[in-house]
Parts: sequence; C-alpha cells; structure tokens
Amino acid sequence: MKTSVSPLRAQLRAELQILARNGEQLLLTLIIPVMLLVFFGMTDVLPTGFDDHMDFLTPGVIALAIMSSSMVSLGIATGFERSYKVLKRLGVTPLGRPRWLIAKVITILVVQFIQLGILIPVALLLDWQADDAQWLAAIGAVVTGSIAFAGLGLFIAGRLRAEVNLAAQNGLYLLLLLLGGMVIPFDKLPNPVAAVAKCLPSGALADVLREALVNGGDRPATSWLVLGIWALVTPVLTALTFRWE
Amino acid sequence: MRYGDLLAVDNISFSARAGQVTAVLGPNGAGKTSTIEVCEGIRKASSGQVRVLGLDPVKDRRILAKKMGVMLQDGGIYPSARAIDVVRQYCGLYTSGRDKIVAPDELLDLVGLSERRLSPWRRLSGGEKQRLSLAMALAAQPQIIFLDEPTSGVDVNGRTTIRQIIRRLADQGATIILATHELDEAEKMCDRVVIFDKGKVLVEGGLDDVRRARRVVRLRTVRPLDLTDMPDNLAGWLIEDAPCDYSIEDAPQGLIAALAVWLSERGIDVIELRTGMASLEDTFKKLTGGAP
Repeated sequence: MKTSVSPLRAQLRAELQILARNGEQLLLTLIIPVMLLVFFGMTDVLPTGFDDHMDFLTPGVIALAIMSSSMVSLGIATGFERSYKVLKRLGVTPLGRPRWLIAKVITILVVQFIQLGILIPVALLLDWQADDAQWLAAIGAVVTGSIAFAGLGLFIAGRLRAEVNLAAQNGLYLLLLLLGGMVIPFDKLPNPVAAVAKCLPSGALADVLREALVNGGDRPATSWLVLGIWALVTPVLTALTFRWE
Repeated sequence: MRYGDLLAVDNISFSARAGQVTAVLGPNGAGKTSTIEVCEGIRKASSGQVRVLGLDPVKDRRILAKKMGVMLQDGGIYPSARAIDVVRQYCGLYTSGRDKIVAPDELLDLVGLSERRLSPWRRLSGGEKQRLSLAMALAAQPQIIFLDEPTSGVDVNGRTTIRQIIRRLADQGATIILATHELDEAEKMCDRVVIFDKGKVLVEGGLDDVRRARRVVRLRTVRPLDLTDMPDNLAGWLIEDAPCDYSIEDAPQGLIAALAVWLSERGIDVIELRTGMASLEDTFKKLTGGAP
C-alpha cells in the first residue's frame, strides 16, 4: 500500500501551531508545573517525609506535568475540536483517524520533551541529586502514564459538550493534583482517601517515577500494576465510546 | 437515514451529473444536510445504496476523500487558526509524496482573502469564513464538491466570487452539489434541482424543466381588483400575491384573452401582463407549501 507522510506532516504542523497560540495550555503544561517546582523547591514547606524534599517533589511535579499535557491539554483541545466541527471536517479528508491520532501523540511528545527539558534542569538547579536515577524506567513510566492519561482525557472529551468537558478536565486536574500523591504524600491524607488515591493513575505514576528517579517508591510493583491497568482500560474505553461530533 | 426514532430521510433517489451544479433545496429540517452527509460518508444510511463517483462513501472512504471537496454548513476550523495556516494544512492533507498540488496563497487569492491571510478564523466576517471554507474544499482539487449553504452570510461581492468559482469548477467537469435555502442564489447557479421536504424528494430535474412544469401568468394593475366581481370563466383563477399583484397558475387556453377583455371592459389599467415559467421560489413554495 502506498503511504504518504505529507498529510501527517500537515496535520502535525497545524496541531503545533494551534498549541503554540493557546496561552491557557502553555500555562497549564509549562508554567504551573515549573512554578510549583520552584515554589515548593525553594520553601520546603511540604510534609514529604523524605530527607531531601526535592526527591519527593521532582518526580511528583514531573507526573503532574505529564498529566497536564496528556490528559488536560489534550482533552480540552479535543473537546473544542469536536465542538467546532474540526474533527468532522477532518473526517472527510484523506488524513484518516490513525494519522490524526499519530499527530496528536507526536504533539504530546513534543510538549513533554519541552516540559522535561525545563523541569529537570530547574530541579537540578534546586539541588536535586539525580545520581541514582534509572532513566529508562522513568521513560517507561512517562510513556505508560501518558497512555493512561491520554485515554482518560479523550474519554471525557469524547462524551461531554466542550464547556462541560473544560470544567470536568480542570476539576479532575485539581482533584488528582491534590489526591494523587504528586505534591501531598499519601500518608498525609485521611486513610479512606489515601486508599482511593493509590488506585488513581496520578498516584501510581508519581510513585513509579519516584522509584525510578530516586529509588523512593512507596509500593512500586503495585503502582506499576495500577498504572498499567489504567493504560490498558482507558484507551479501549475511549475507542468504544468516543463521539467524533 | 434515522436519528433514533426520527426518520430524517426516507427512501429517496436522485442523481447529480458531472459538469453540472445540482442544487438540493428544502425547508429547514427537510433532510438536505443529512442526505449530503450520507453522500460524504459522514453518516451511514440505514438502508439503500449510495454511490459517489461510483464509490461507496463509507466502504471506499479513503479513495473518495482524495477526490472530494467538502464545505460544511458552519465551523470546521479552530478559531485561533490563521487563514493561511488553515489553507496550508488542507493543501498538505491532499498532497501525496513530494507533489505540491495547490499553492495555498493562490487559493486564498482565488477566494479573495489574500489581505486576510494572517487573520485568525474568529476575526473573519461571516462571508470571509464561508470563503475560507470554500478554499479548504478547493484544496482537494475535487472531482466532486459538496457545498452546504455556501453563500449564507456572504455579501454581494463575495456571492459573485463564490458563484464564479462554482461555475468555473462545473465548467471544468466537476460535479457540484449544493444544499441551500437561498432560492435566488440556487437559481443563478444551478443546472439541476432536487427539492426535498419532510425527508422525501418532491421533484428532481433540470432547472428549466422544473420551472417549465408550471407556467404562470403575472398580472400587475394600477388599482386593486374586486375578485368577487369576476365572471364564471375567470373566477377562482386569480391569486392575489400582493395588492395589485396577481398570478394565475397553469391557465387553460383562452383564459388570458378573456382576462384581457374583462380588464378592458372595466377600464382597469394594466402595468404588466406576462406569461412565463414559474420562478424557482414559486415552484418551491407550491411544492412544499411554505417558505424555504
């Protein structure tokens, strides 16, 4: 079968242009994670339970950044694309759904590359020690977490009206930020809440990243299992329920 | 074509020819957009057979998409996207390998948007948005093009531009199918007409055939007529469209002569008395029983 890369390239360029013009998404994916890292990194006010609070904070903020780009940013943008009939219009071009999805994935990867390219140097500037980091495991965690969050974001975006989707994605972002073990440790949450929080993809991603980056995971094997289940279930759920209009 | 329990399009049949503009007309909710979306492959017909360029719009979607231009009724563009970026994107979507098929700047020039090339979609006027949408459809260099309300909200100059482009495409051999409720625009552009109502095709044929099927006499007088004071052979034939403005449909032989004699006997001055084909709007109203 003859394949053509031009439609994919054209769509990818359009995705990146729209992303670059969207100030809210840049705030969400880049500015908020960097601000959280700098603020909590410099103040050491979080009850992390770690000798070096940066060992808790850095993986947590990276998990937050992954969630913001894979779930919230992707979900909000896709919800509005449905609402503006962008998906409907693209549906009658030679692009096709697989290339549309590939363009979305590459866009997320580009954003995450920039996120990590900023967050890791900032963390190092704040005296984070990355000597024990297992980067391959960390990349695996980022990829698995991205799949889980992207599936979740698209599941919500594919079912709700754009405005409701916007509110839902932002609400979920805040909920997972507070309950997800990213900036507040599980053991500082009430027991029933902590039990639920450990089953969330945010908590699982933060935990496996902590294990990979600073060898400080709480229960890494379980967290990998939880994250893997989310990464399997949410894309399937999205594929079954997504409404293009 | 069903939406839940609602039967939106029911057992219809029509064809459109290459090199011609076919107008799909009907009141709101008649089933025009649903029918076009079935032809585009956006929706699947619940039963029956649809062929576009000899292809099944759903099964052969990938092949058909390369030959088909589409203009949605509204939307389809991210509001922050600039005109030139949108056209560049769509030209890229229809480009295979290294071949550059259409130059984005030429397309923008064609639809008269060169000066607005850096404007985001949300800052364009209604007419400019329609022209940008048309440029996206033209990026396909289509063999068939579906236009849903292409002149809606477009100013006089923009309408002329759009009409010229559509005519040129048809002259080059493309099949044009346009859905509209603007009957005067359709009358200026189309060669064939399909009139819908309540999900069914009421009439299909060449524009002149459809209009010629109903011959109409138009009568305009200086002062109003007393329609109750007419002789038996004229009574009931005249329809008062407006004060001093009357029409007679499908008049039998001798009626016009009798009318002229009666007007003369009464000393009623006539501004206009002519026979001819019904306008598309008259035909439409007669068939659907209402306004478009």
